[in-house]
Amino acid sequence: MIRINCPYCGERDHSEFTYGGDGSVKYPALDASMEDWLQAVFQRENIRGVQTESWHHVNGCRMWLLVERDTMTHEIHSVRVAHPGLQQALEDPS
Amino acid sequence: MTRFSAWNVFRNGLSGQKGWDRQWRDVEPKADYDVVIVGGGIHGLATAYYLAKKHGLKNIAVLEKGWIGGGNAGRNTTIVRSNYFRPGNREFYEHSLKLWENLSHDLNYNVMFSQRGHVSLLHSPGAVDAAARGYNTLRLTGSDAEIWGLEELKQEIPHLNYAANARFPILGAAVQRRAGTARHDAVVWGYARAADQLGVDIIQNCEVLGVRRDQGRITGLDTSRGAIGGSKIGFSVAGNTSRLWDMAGLGTLPIESHKLQAFVTEPLKPLLDHVVVFGVGGTHFYISQSDKGGMVFGGDLDWYKSYAQRGNLPIVQDVSECALSILPCLGRVRLLRHWSGVCDMSMDGSHFICKTPLDNLYLNAGWNYGGFKAGPGAGWFFADLIANDRPHEIVAEHDLKRFERGYNIDERGAGPDPKLHG
Repeated sequence: MIRINCPYCGERDHSEFTYGGDGSVKYPALDASMEDWLQAVFQRENIRGVQTESWHHVNGCRMWLLVERDTMTHEIHSVRVAHPGLQQALEDPS
Repeated sequence: MTRFSAWNVFRNGLSGQKGWDRQWRDVEPKADYDVVIVGGGIHGLATAYYLAKKHGLKNIAVLEKGWIGGGNAGRNTTIVRSNYFRPGNREFYEHSLKLWENLSHDLNYNVMFSQRGHVSLLHSPGAVDAAARGYNTLRLTGSDAEIWGLEELKQEIPHLNYAANARFPILGAAVQRRAGTARHDAVVWGYARAADQLGVDIIQNCEVLGVRRDQGRITGLDTSRGAIGGSKIGFSVAGNTSRLWDMAGLGTLPIESHKLQAFVTEPLKPLLDHVVVFGVGGTHFYISQSDKGGMVFGGDLDWYKSYAQRGNLPIVQDVSECALSILPCLGRVRLLRHWSGVCDMSMDGSHFICKTPLDNLYLNAGWNYGGFKAGPGAGWFFADLIANDRPHEIVAEHDLKRFERGYNIDERGAGPDPKLHG
């Protein structure tokens, strides 16, 4: 069982979460070229090693998280909130 | 090489089994080959076999980073069927099933192909309608299919959970009689032995570490056993395709690596004569009984990307719940082992047998978790591609450019999310 340290809920089993996929994929603008959309929707780096991926704490706080995880060892290197504004608020509540 | 025959089995029985040779040679790699296949699984070995046998090519090598039968060839649930429906897939899997039907004779090796029937349980009127459509497609395209009502199903498999108050009551089943199981090790061993007899060099413990390129061609491979050159190179390495692709400097692929678990229980007396599939709502479960008596079963992927050949516990729970849902009699049976293999999950759930941006590189990849049944067919069509330098019309759409054309071959209709295809 992978344990994910949710910034809101603390460390939980991964069975509380759903896997969102490659978190490094950035969708292009709506009017971007077909090639850009092809890359974003269909092409994957498929890293063996540390990758950034999104997880949804669907049976917890329901927040989307960005997790740096090793796809070979399953070791987790960092967890942060996917929404940059919320992440900033967590880091600096003032 | 001693041929397997009733006479030879009898003769060796009298002489202490001392008259058998090794099954394939242990060779040192040569510096150069006409064709180098990377990946000594069912697909790679079958490719080499058909290249030598059907296309008459000589001077072929198969490189395997571990040992023959140690990768996904030894990690699957051994189910063979052809009930795929998309154009291209339909013809492909039917061709593969036909190769399976004659494989033991063709290879002179008993692959223990058992056409015990593949029984997909139906749990709703909608599922019955969809099964009727599948039945029609199979019957109209030269295959076999049956729809069983509840009475017939009860006669064939009396000990399923037919309780009226089951969460998903069983209404009937869609059946392919010619489908079944095979002995997974025997398939790779049989292909390796038959390919070796035709002069193919099978090189184990030979991991590809780098790909040498000269403009638009591959000039050779750096391996753990030295540099190996090849006029034509074929990649056939389920699970690790992206890594080789990256070594060749070719960028990204429409593939993610996910892991799939499989399970076997302690051996039981004969209990289940068919392959039974249970799929409704969020469940996905398939079970058969091996010739040794173990109940062999599996379910969904582990749901997150991984290159680790080990599975997680939520899926153990998930498949156990499925097992008890349809076969409550398994409640006290102990699990013997569970393991996991790494699968190429493609963006539409279908495979790639195609040419690549490099002139002399060919790709066989993206088999999701259906690569076992596809093995003979994949070898046949991949060999055809490499020998003739053009794809056969049946796999013509199964190339890397199909997403650019907007042509998804999506059996499940799940969309571009690799973990959802099965």
